[in-house]
Amino acid sequence: MTSKHSSYKEPLIQYLVFLADTNLILSQRNSEWCGHGPVLEQDIAITNITLDLLGQARLLYQYAAELINKENPSANETEDTLAYHRLEREYKNLLLTELPKGDWAVTILRQFLYSVYQQLLYTELLNGKDKHLAAIAEKSLKETHYHVKWSSEWVLRLGDGTPESHARMENALLSLWMYTDEMFIAAAYEDKSITGIAVTELKKEWLTRVSAILQEATLAVPSDDLFMQTGGKTGVHTEHMGYILADLQYLQRTYPGANW
Amino acid sequence: MATQELEKLFHDNIDAEIKIEPRDWMPDSYRKTNIRQISQHAHSEIVGMLPEGNWITRAPSLKRKAILIAKVQDEAGHGLYLYSAAETLGISRDQLIHELHSGKAKYSSIFNYPTLTWADMGAIGWLVDGAAIINQVMLCRTSYGPYARAMVRICKEESFHQRQGFQILYELSKGTDAQKAMCQDAINRWWWPSLMMFGPKDADSPHSAQSIKWKIKRKTNDELRQNFVDMIAEQVKVLGMILPDPDLKWNEARKHYDFGEINWDEFWRVVKGDGPCNRQRLQARINAHNEGAWVRAAAKAYAKKRQQEEVVA
Repeated sequence: MTSKHSSYKEPLIQYLVFLADTNLILSQRNSEWCGHGPVLEQDIAITNITLDLLGQARLLYQYAAELINKENPSANETEDTLAYHRLEREYKNLLLTELPKGDWAVTILRQFLYSVYQQLLYTELLNGKDKHLAAIAEKSLKETHYHVKWSSEWVLRLGDGTPESHARMENALLSLWMYTDEMFIAAAYEDKSITGIAVTELKKEWLTRVSAILQEATLAVPSDDLFMQTGGKTGVHTEHMGYILADLQYLQRTYPGANW
Repeated sequence: MATQELEKLFHDNIDAEIKIEPRDWMPDSYRKTNIRQISQHAHSEIVGMLPEGNWITRAPSLKRKAILIAKVQDEAGHGLYLYSAAETLGISRDQLIHELHSGKAKYSSIFNYPTLTWADMGAIGWLVDGAAIINQVMLCRTSYGPYARAMVRICKEESFHQRQGFQILYELSKGTDAQKAMCQDAINRWWWPSLMMFGPKDADSPHSAQSIKWKIKRKTNDELRQNFVDMIAEQVKVLGMILPDPDLKWNEARKHYDFGEINWDEFWRVVKGDGPCNRQRLQARINAHNEGAWVRAAAKAYAKKRQQEEVVA
């Protein structure tokens, strides 16, 4: 159930891996649209976001690998060993990011819910305890601001577009909302004493921003007594995760030790 | 001006290497030929996203994944410039897409071959994009202005595509035995279809003579194909691989490589719809279009509502 990667107990390393995994898996899901978007311009736009998230994940993995190797010079970790050689239970991404891409409403809504959270979180990271992570956050935020803008505009278009698009957004809300609370429940490695950020406290502002756009899009904000799913941050994933990794890791697993 | 005078002016411009622009008078057949060629080119970019898109989720490293995604995205961008260039000739993008989906418009047959291994990403970049560049460099000087300008932009990105393809194969050629075998296998499968990309032999190419007269094309299919063979026959040596053609041989008298006969039965079979993936490629495009219909309708309805609000305000 575990590989050598489970031995890296340092909370900062685990936190970096959580941030990286979340961006990587969302990027992996969004990349499924490439060549299949609803209109050419939007095919390009979602692919831009895919590339941004992948680039952010790489910076985070690279930094995590650097810290691991410093501690343990024989570890020889790289962005690729971290992204490709771990087992399912060692991935820490939010459950939200691993769900199937669904229709355009699901993809848009997921991007919106995540990007608003990412914007708040990374803004806090600018003043977090770790300077290198702050620099990654600063670089990422330039992209995240655009992701929030783009996805907000699409939430408005779809929510307040046609009866069909409105209904599809309602369905998307129904299927995604239960995965949102996980963002604000701190895992052990996310404790304020380690990151300098109280992630629980971000929820209020997140809800305010998300609700404002949903209301403008004529969509009802789901009630707060909905049961919330959690587990991703500690490696207990949905059934989708194994298939994602089967694709992602296929070549690295089939040809161990090869360079590409 | 009488048609005769307009026609003379048109030909004078072509002879003087002055670009034909959207508002200029042009013979109907020149317009039609350009629409056919530019749209076929645009469709090739869009359908061409599918075989490479097939490997995005399975790319073997994060760096390769990022490069592959960026490359496929470039192709979407190329499709966009080219649809815009075609639109300057008085046809809408919707109409062009309809013609693709109905089977009336063609796209490059090369994309009807499957991508079976990671090495195919390398072979497509090196051979398919390499063949495309030979054609596109020529098209940077084509007589229709918007097409020529689109091609200048596209060529810059295509040379990056070819390099990244070669880089993938180069890495495989220096790798494990399994990787080397994967590399040679991909070259074996993509070599002949790449040669077919230049189209039928000059003797069997119905549009060529007129296109050259109008300077839409500057070189014949066979000339371009020879340029390609000469280039690749040298580059393959760097990989330490072989091209699957026993007749490939340097001809000192011609100062060109001789090469074997293309399987023209296969060429025409794939053009006519019976390649390994013709149906799947077209169906994937039709599905994306149909499944996106409600999204486009929503965007339109939303824009209309905002417009009405502005009028009221």
